Amino acid sequence: MSQFTSGSLEAKNVHLAFGHNKVLRGIDLSVPAGTTASVIGPSGSGKSTLLRVMNRLIEPDAGDILLDGKSVLKDNPDELRRRIGMVFQQFNLFPHKSVGENVAFALRKLRKLPKEQAREEALEQLDLVGLRHKADVRPATLSGGQQQRVAIARALAMKPEVMFFDEATSALDPELVKGVLALMADLAKGGMTMVVVTHEMGFSRNVSDTVTFMDGGVVVESGPPGQVFENPQTERLQGFLSDVL
Amino acid sequence: MDYLNRLAETFLDWKAIAEVLPAMFSVGLPNTLVLAIVSGIIGCVVGMVLALMGISRNPVARWAARVYTDVFRGLPAVLTILVIGLGFGPIFRELTGIASPYPMGIAALSLMSSAYIGEIFRSGIQSVDKGQLEAARALGFGYGPSLRMVVVPQGIRRVLPALVNQFIALIKESSLVFTLGLLASERELFQIGQDAAARSGNLSGYVAAAVFYLAMTVPLTHFVNWIDARLRTGKPEKKEPDEAAAVVGKGAHA
Repeated sequence: MSQFTSGSLEAKNVHLAFGHNKVLRGIDLSVPAGTTASVIGPSGSGKSTLLRVMNRLIEPDAGDILLDGKSVLKDNPDELRRRIGMVFQQFNLFPHKSVGENVAFALRKLRKLPKEQAREEALEQLDLVGLRHKADVRPATLSGGQQQRVAIARALAMKPEVMFFDEATSALDPELVKGVLALMADLAKGGMTMVVVTHEMGFSRNVSDTVTFMDGGVVVESGPPGQVFENPQTERLQGFLSDVL
Repeated sequence: MDYLNRLAETFLDWKAIAEVLPAMFSVGLPNTLVLAIVSGIIGCVVGMVLALMGISRNPVARWAARVYTDVFRGLPAVLTILVIGLGFGPIFRELTGIASPYPMGIAALSLMSSAYIGEIFRSGIQSVDKGQLEAARALGFGYGPSLRMVVVPQGIRRVLPALVNQFIALIKESSLVFTLGLLASERELFQIGQDAAARSGNLSGYVAAAVFYLAMTVPLTHFVNWIDARLRTGKPEKKEPDEAAAVVGKGAHA
């Protein structure tokens, strides 16, 4: 049974160009509710941009984005983003606010919860990531791994239907990666719909339901992890895997 | 020794200084503070508008802020004060019946300081990592609220030293309103010093004014250094090691 009210997410033939630079050239990605899709590929392949297009931090030039089967391109983008949590490579916690306030901030301002209740919910979220006792310190006093767990709690506090992870462990010291990955695996097990852009091939192979390999702004190959990792069909994926594994 | 005595008499005539002190305290200091503080506040408000225009996605707003800033940063303070005070002063007097040169003096000082403060705010806002804006927007805040609640507060914190420096400049530049002609009760520190010097034929009145300015600006300068150092190093805080994977995932048993 799922502990989250997750939704399905779908990108259909998404195109995006910055000037003459075509970053996304017809991307299709389908993430059924409660599943985890990991997106792998070399730097500059458009993975991170794809995430930002799917929550409309960047508007696509063409194509469609569907959340729970309904196109979201006509909706208010701010409201769409409340339904999709996002975790960043550099954590992007608000350095001038305490850890607790980082999590409670959007609850107060966007969900309009009273201060006490927002704090209570924030503490509960921090408890889930094991950092309730850090609620009153500034993020800068935490290790990278702890900061990233706070960032995950901040995103989860909005009760999103989908979670995006943009290379969430790439900026962490090696010994801190495990804790964050374990938390992400727990979320996946808990039935959260997740799109995980990652260089962690172990996570991609063991936790995700589908793996999508992107290169040059297109999906080159995609399928269940067993197939993608054990039996890559294209030369580009074979080359990429031999480089990273 | 003769020269030294003459210099001492010129600058350090204690009697002349003592005579001018009451007026300095009761008239000059409050007036100088009113000029500097009011123009400082208006300058911050207008400066913030200019900064937001300067980073706006609307090219007309950016262009307008640019022109304003270039003009008022590029003019000598005394020229701006004279032109605003003598040019707009009479019209202002006719419209409002207020004869004091202060409103126009404050307007001129505000115009100039807002040009500088706008640049200070803009640089502060632009120095905030763009991930902050992205994180706020990803949570569901709109562009404007993200700027207002997340980016701008961080930007301002960073430029506090520069802002205080700007306030120091305002304290000094407020002396230039004497060019607009001040009634006895309107005199600020510099004008009182000047009057005393003219009356006694002795420069000690200026020395008294100088002491008053330094008593304000020197502590402020050190205050700037203090916030600057504090912003750079932060409060001493202990960093703890990550208590690793063991504690995570309490809540996620499917």
